[in-house]
Amino acid sequence: MTMVHSLTINQLIEKLRGGELTSRQIMEACLNRIDSVDDKLNAFISYDVEDALAQADIADKARSEGQEGPLLGVPVAIKDVIAVKNHPLNCASKILGNYESPYDATVIKKLREAGAIIFGRVNMDEFAMGSSTENSAFGPSRNPWDIDYIPGGSSGGSAVAVSADECIASLGSDTGGSIRQPAALCGCVGLKPTYGRVSRYGLVAFASSLDQIGSFTKDVKDAAIMLQVIAGLDDKDSTSVPEPVPDYTAALSGELKGMRIGLPREYQVDGLDTEVKAATESAVAKLEELGAEVKEISLPHTEYAIATYYIIATAEASANLARFEGVRYGARIYGEDPEEMNCKTRGAGFGDEVKRRIILGTYVLSSGYYDAYYLRAQKVRTLIRQDFLEAFEHVDLIATPTTPTPAFKIGEKAKDPLEMYLSDIFTISCNLAGLCGVSLPCGFSEKGLPIGLQLLGRPFGESDLLRAAHVYQEATDWHTKRPDLD
Amino acid sequence: MEIDISRLVKLARIELKPEEEVRLAPQLGEVLGYIDKLNELNVDDVEPTAHASPLSNVLRKDELGDSLCRDDVLRNAPESSNGLFVVPKIVE
Repeated sequence: MTMVHSLTINQLIEKLRGGELTSRQIMEACLNRIDSVDDKLNAFISYDVEDALAQADIADKARSEGQEGPLLGVPVAIKDVIAVKNHPLNCASKILGNYESPYDATVIKKLREAGAIIFGRVNMDEFAMGSSTENSAFGPSRNPWDIDYIPGGSSGGSAVAVSADECIASLGSDTGGSIRQPAALCGCVGLKPTYGRVSRYGLVAFASSLDQIGSFTKDVKDAAIMLQVIAGLDDKDSTSVPEPVPDYTAALSGELKGMRIGLPREYQVDGLDTEVKAATESAVAKLEELGAEVKEISLPHTEYAIATYYIIATAEASANLARFEGVRYGARIYGEDPEEMNCKTRGAGFGDEVKRRIILGTYVLSSGYYDAYYLRAQKVRTLIRQDFLEAFEHVDLIATPTTPTPAFKIGEKAKDPLEMYLSDIFTISCNLAGLCGVSLPCGFSEKGLPIGLQLLGRPFGESDLLRAAHVYQEATDWHTKRPDLD
Repeated sequence: MEIDISRLVKLARIELKPEEEVRLAPQLGEVLGYIDKLNELNVDDVEPTAHASPLSNVLRKDELGDSLCRDDVLRNAPESSNGLFVVPKIVE
């Protein structure tokens, strides 16, 4: 029998409608699951049992009164970088102290309107900077398939919570792969919508031109349900785009016949793990068998993506994180004057990776270096973007491995930041070019660690992206596998 | 690649302990060495991309709307008084 906490949104809603389950039962099942597995996994930084059950009771009452909602009574966990009114918000950093958000992010407002139970703060790399969730002031999260391994990052807690059935769905953020990479390494579905598709109001900014909120779910249908709820124009985010929001669930039905899928020649990199290569190649073969037309494409500037990203993202981060100076919020360490207070507060409050990135960003923006680094990176960004726009003249989607290897061991890359950065090779360009992307389970390594297939779509091409991913899931069962945690 | 980390931490307003400087400086040097890769490309005639959004100059009507309650915002401040943030004295 499938346990309640293992159900998808789609299955739960059906059972709630049919009166087979109450949302209180679902919430209790998730809380029990957390009780039994989260000591091992550390997906949750905190959660409020009373508040969660109260929301569940409200959802049950609403349903008994005839109300409906696409997520009515469904528990959704929130990455600790998105503001939820009167809940703690730490960005997995020490620097925010006992901060509690005075307002709801737009995505939270939309989730509430859809009836979701907003539940828990899930772990991440500090300020979303990292690929392993080891850079958290609250300790690392662990991969539910093998707790000696990292879950990926930066939204590691969001991925673990969904893959280990501690919640039904979760929200994360993706600046260079922070949704797709942990989804791949933990074996769930991670969707990064197009830049501008989902409001960033209430998302603590890391790199404003790259950040985007998206979902972690147990299958693609759920990803469509979540996107339907959170997408759309928001007058509180001037970068949200007034593009109509299509019916994403309706877009799932259909076939792949005639859909053209491109395989970038340049993604056959050294260091691509043979098991990952084999699993993603057979996933592509499956897509072909299901009617897609597969062809090779070229993205000639691929090898410059990581360098470009680490200039632009760190430059934007150094500006965005200037606000954490000990004046308006969080922890403060006093000094003789405000400047000394700023320096001491930031020195004590930020972890190593955040310091490295702020310093790097400060360097590439500093007088005499701006043109050589920041401006040059912005120009290379143009070339990378043009590569993709050119490719999308010939194909509808691009298929790649999400990561070059399955999850690595905790501590393995912690001392070598550059090595860690290089592991983002397949996910980073999507953000630079402003595309949408999804990672979905497509196999396992011999050690039993999940492998992810990444599909990339045109800007605002989420419907095609989700349809291809859904048709693949209809024909395979990788997404139904669950880690054994008992 | 060598970098002057003490100048940078001043600009970034981050106080580093001596052992942190020793740890971070070579790591930053290594990353900077890597990003020099971009010098391989000729970008003379390329326009820069600041963001990948299709929008430009988003304007709205200048109308009064809801804003956050002052007390809610100050609740998170390390020190406040009379509705203001308190900082150490700047001018003697």
